[in-house]
Amino acid sequence: MTLAYPISSLKAHPARLSPDYKSTVKRSPQKPLIIMRHTLSELTGPVYGHETVRENDNDLTIQHKGEPLGERIIVHGHVLDEDGRGVPNTLVELWQANACGRYIHVVDQHPAPLDPNFTGAGRTTSDASGYYKFITIKPGAYPWGNHHNAWRPAHIHFSVFGHSFVSRLVTQMYFPGDPLFPFDPIFNSVTDAAARERMISSFDLENTKPEWALAYRFNIVLRGKNATPMETK
Amino acid sequence: MSGITPSQTVGPYFKYGLTPNGEYEWNDAFDGNLVTPDTSGERIRVEGTVYDGDGKIVPDCMLEIWQADSQGRFSDPQDKRALPNTSFRGFGRVGTSKDGTYAFDTIKPGQVADPDGKPQAPHILMAVFARGMLLHLYTRIYFGGEAANAADPVLALVPADRRATLIAQQANCTGNAVYRFDIHLQGDNETVFFEV
Ligand SMILES: [Fe+2]
Repeated sequence: MTLAYPISSLKAHPARLSPDYKSTVKRSPQKPLIIMRHTLSELTGPVYGHETVRENDNDLTIQHKGEPLGERIIVHGHVLDEDGRGVPNTLVELWQANACGRYIHVVDQHPAPLDPNFTGAGRTTSDASGYYKFITIKPGAYPWGNHHNAWRPAHIHFSVFGHSFVSRLVTQMYFPGDPLFPFDPIFNSVTDAAARERMISSFDLENTKPEWALAYRFNIVLRGKNATPMETK
Repeated sequence: MSGITPSQTVGPYFKYGLTPNGEYEWNDAFDGNLVTPDTSGERIRVEGTVYDGDGKIVPDCMLEIWQADSQGRFSDPQDKRALPNTSFRGFGRVGTSKDGTYAFDTIKPGQVADPDGKPQAPHILMAVFARGMLLHLYTRIYFGGEAANAADPVLALVPADRRATLIAQQANCTGNAVYRFDIHLQGDNETVFFEV
């Protein structure tokens, strides 16, 4: 079956059942997924641009009266499709823990302080070339209950739309050289080493702002289409 | 560079960023009400509960829907036919409540052709995200009592004994139709999911 968005691209994703990440055991389907041709319903998708984003929504350090504690960073890159083209005007959302590794979410009650000057949510749209940029602070690692002494490597959660509903992606951006990588079942649920690398941002000295903020580059690659134009009837 | 960025779980803490719903200092980009004042079509509510493989409710699930308008047109320029002439966007997003329930207020979509030009029965696409899900799942919401279901080319791919998991059933007799669509991530009653 030839699909407009080849499903071979999906091989990069983790297996839904990845038992080392315990919550997957009861939350992954056991019956086979049904393979089907993409119809117009799958090939179209929500189109949201600038009207969805307020000024400064991409700067998580100026959403409150004071500045958040922690290491200010620039996180930027391109949203691309698999064919290497920039994905323009697409919504990019992110959320993250504060510099201490604490989420503002009410369920996160681990003993690290909240920061009254940091919510940890942002959104922006990519420009005509697919470029996006956030200013935030570097999140801390945090403990979780998956196994004894489990800690998540520092990460920023990303949500991206792209060209169609089947290109929808929710992922996590990691920081280079994190010593927690070998011990994290979520990071290692991606079994291909090259694919894991694509979740790790790169330190970007060139775009670091002297006396102000370090920069990390994170390109997000979404599914691409076959060269054939989409048929609509 | 080749290959896409792998998916990772939405985790347990997405609510304040993606579905704050007035509970956090952040605004909702999207919510569960898709209806705009100028939308034409039959107003409906789709609601249900999300369950895990033990039959326990899933209170930290995010659901997104994508659908055509009442005339089967998508609010996306990639739909090359005439675009909807309303502000109906066809996209909604909610987080499940503490009791695992969700609801969308929308309109019943019109029919959309399959790649052969054959009409599909009215349906809504749904993407399911949660802690414990490393990659979201796609399902489709069809409507009970809809004659077109019998000839729908996608439903025809689904084993007959599992088709009912895709068909929302009307739960009320008066007022705007309320359709019930529960989602079972796993188990005997597992919802049919699609590899798309
Ligand atoms: Fe996280």
